[in-house]
Amino acid sequence: MSESGTLLADVLQVLLLQTHNTRTVVLSTALLGMASGLVGSFLLLRKRSLMGDALSHASLPGIAIAFLLMVKLGGNGKFLPGLLAGGTLTGLLGVGWVMAIRKKSKIKDDTAMGIVLSVFYGLGVAMLQMVSSVPEASAAGLESFILGKTASMVTQDLVLIAGVASLTILFSLLLLKEFTLLCFDETFMHSLGWPVQRVDTILLILVTAVTVIGLQAVGLILIIAFLITPAAAARFWTNTLSHMLLLAALIGALSGWLGSSISALYPNLPAGALIVLVAAGVFLFSMFFGGARGVLRRGWLHIRLRRRVGRQHLLRAVFELLEARGEALAGWPPNEPVKLEELLAKRSWSHGRLKQLLRQARREDHIERAPGSWVQLSESGFAEAARHTRNHRLWEMYLITHADVATQHVDRDADLVEHVLGVELVRKLEQKLTEEGVALNLPASPHLISKTVEPAS
Amino acid sequence: MIWLLDDTWIVITGALCAVACALPGCFMVLRKMSMMGDAISHAVLPGLAIGYLVAESRDALPMLLGAALVGVLTALFTQWVGQFGNVDRGAAMGIVFTTLFALGLVLIERAADHENIDLDPSCVLYGALEMAPLDLMTLGAWEIPRAALWLAVVLLLNLLIILLLYKEFNLSSFDPSLASTLGINATFMHYLLMSMVAVTTVASFEAVGSIIVIAMLIVPGATAYLLTQRLWVMLLLSALFGILASALGHVVAITVPTWFGFDSTSSSGMMATIAGLLFLLVWLFNPREGVWVPRRVNKTES
Repeated sequence: MSESGTLLADVLQVLLLQTHNTRTVVLSTALLGMASGLVGSFLLLRKRSLMGDALSHASLPGIAIAFLLMVKLGGNGKFLPGLLAGGTLTGLLGVGWVMAIRKKSKIKDDTAMGIVLSVFYGLGVAMLQMVSSVPEASAAGLESFILGKTASMVTQDLVLIAGVASLTILFSLLLLKEFTLLCFDETFMHSLGWPVQRVDTILLILVTAVTVIGLQAVGLILIIAFLITPAAAARFWTNTLSHMLLLAALIGALSGWLGSSISALYPNLPAGALIVLVAAGVFLFSMFFGGARGVLRRGWLHIRLRRRVGRQHLLRAVFELLEARGEALAGWPPNEPVKLEELLAKRSWSHGRLKQLLRQARREDHIERAPGSWVQLSESGFAEAARHTRNHRLWEMYLITHADVATQHVDRDADLVEHVLGVELVRKLEQKLTEEGVALNLPASPHLISKTVEPAS
Repeated sequence: MIWLLDDTWIVITGALCAVACALPGCFMVLRKMSMMGDAISHAVLPGLAIGYLVAESRDALPMLLGAALVGVLTALFTQWVGQFGNVDRGAAMGIVFTTLFALGLVLIERAADHENIDLDPSCVLYGALEMAPLDLMTLGAWEIPRAALWLAVVLLLNLLIILLLYKEFNLSSFDPSLASTLGINATFMHYLLMSMVAVTTVASFEAVGSIIVIAMLIVPGATAYLLTQRLWVMLLLSALFGILASALGHVVAITVPTWFGFDSTSSSGMMATIAGLLFLLVWLFNPREGVWVPRRVNKTES
C-alpha cells in the first residue's frame, strides 16, 4: 500500500515538474516537440518528411569540423552554439546538394537524399574518430550528438532550445500564409509573384534550426521522428491546416512531456527513445481512430457509400423491370412483384450480393417479400426507386445534351456520378431539361434498357 | 604509408561489402526506394536486441536472424502505414524506422539491465571495419577474416538471385505495369528485394557497421545510373565504383589524417565519403548529361 503510495507520489512529482532536473528535461523536450511538430507539418504537406533525415545526418561533419576549428584556434571545443552552427552549415550544404542533384540530373528525390545522408554521415563519423584522438578528451561529448543525451541536459541547453524553439514558432506563425501557399499550391504561389524559392529556403532554415537543437537533446536519428510523427498523427484528425498545426505542436509537446517523465521514473531507459515511442503510440492511435482520415473513419465512410450505391442500384433495377412490363398507368408503372432471377440478370450481381442487398432493403423498409422467390417494393421503396431513377435519367440526359457523351457509354458513367448528385444540381437539371421540353415527371431512358444482362462494352 | 596484410584484408572486406550492397542497391535506385536502405539499417536494432534476449548470448546467428526479420518487417510496416493510413510513403518510412530504432534502444537498455553486456548501439552505427582482420578463421590452407567470408557468401547469394531473376528484376524495375501484365508478381519481387537488402545489411553490421551499407546501397548504383541506360552495365559499373571506393577510402583513411597530425580514421566512414566524391565527379563531368558538359556533346544529343 505504502509502496504504491510512494510510486504515485513519484509520478505526480515528475509530471508536475517538481524537481529541477526533471523540469529542465521536460521543458526542453516539450518545447522541442512543439517546434518540430509545427515545422514538421509543413514538411509533411510538402511530402518532404525525409528531408529531416538527410539534414540531421548531414549536420554531423559540421559538428566535428567546428570542434576541430575551435580547438585549433585555442578556444573551448565544447562551446555548444559554435558546434551547432557548424552542424547547421553542413546540414544546409547537404540539403542544397540534394536540391541541386534533383534539379540537375535524372536522379530522383529519394536517391539524392540517400546519397547526401550516407556520404555526409560517413564523413562525419570519420571526422569524429579523427577528432577523438585530440588530447582534449571532451571530444567524447561529441558522440552524444548521435544518440542524444536527453536526461543529462542542463539549464544552458534549456535556454538554447527554448530560444531557438520560440524563434521557430514565431517565424512559422509570421509566415503562415506563405508556408500555406507553398505547401498547397506552389505553381499558384509562383504565378502570384511570391518569391517561392526564398520562402522554401526559409522553411528549410527553420527545419534545420529545429533539427540541430534536437541533435543535442535526442540525437540525430530520433530527431527525425520528432519532425515526422506528430505532424503525421495530427493529419488524421483534421483537414484544416491551422488545426493540424495546433494539434501537431500539442502532440509533439505531449510526447516530450510524457516521454521524459517516464524516463525520469525509470532513469536507465533512454529518454529520447521513450519520447519517440510515446509519439509513435499517439500516431498509431490517431491512425485508427482519427476523426478526419483515420482508418476506422474511412472504413465506415466506405461501407456507407457502398450501401448507398447498392441500395440505389437495387431500387432502380426493380423499377426498370416494372417499367419494362409496359403496363404504364399515367406515366407510372404499377407496383408488382418481380422475380429474383429477373433481378439477377439485370446487373452483374452475384447471388450472395443480391441476397445481402435485399436484406438491407428489407431492413430499410423498401422491399417486402412476396411469396416464392418474388420480391415487391414497399410504398416508400417505390417512391425512393422512382426518385433515384429520375435522378439517374436526368443525369444521363444532361451528359448527352450538354457534355457530348456517346449514348452507349452513358449508363455506366451515370451510375458512377449519380450517387454524388446533390439536390441543388438535380433542380438545375430539371429546370434545364424542362426548358428543352423534356417531360419532368419521369423522363424515359435515353437508351435501350436491356432486359437481360448488360451488354459487355 | 605502411601497408600490411591487414590493410589488404580491410580493403577486400570493404569491397566485398560494397559489391554485395551495390547489386541490390541498383534496383533500389531504379525503383525510387533508396531511403529504404537507410530505414532498414536503422530499424534492425530491435531485431539484434531481441535475437540477443531470446538466445541469451552474443551468438551471431540468432541476432542475425532477428535483425533480418525486423528488416523485412520494416518494409512491411512502411507499406501498411502508407496504404491503410493513407500516409505519404516517405513519412511512413520515417515513422516506422525511428520507432523501431527507439524500441531497439530501449530493448538494449533492458538487456544491459539484465546482465552486464556490451551490446552497444554505437557498434551498430559505426561498425569497426578495422577489427575485421583480427577475427580470422581457417578455410583450407587459408586464414580468412570471418567477416570477409560472410560477405562473400552474401555477395554470391545476391548475385545468384539477380542472375536467376534477371529478366524479372529488369522488367519490374523499368516497367512495372508491363511486368505485371506478363505475370510477374510485383509483391513478390518487392519483398524479395527487401529481404536481400535486409540480409545484406545485417551481414555487414558486425563487420563494417551501417554507414558503409547505406552508402554502398545507394551511391555506387546512383553513380552508375548517371553513366548508362543498360541494366547489366549499371550493375557492373556500380560494383566497380564500390570496389574503387573501398580501396581509395581505406588509403585515404590511413594517410590523409596523418598529414594533419591525427591518427588514421574510420575506414568505413572514408569509404562512404569517397563513394560520394566519385558520385560528385561523375555528376559534374560525365559526358552524357553532366552538369558541366562540353557544349558540342549537348548539341549532338539534341
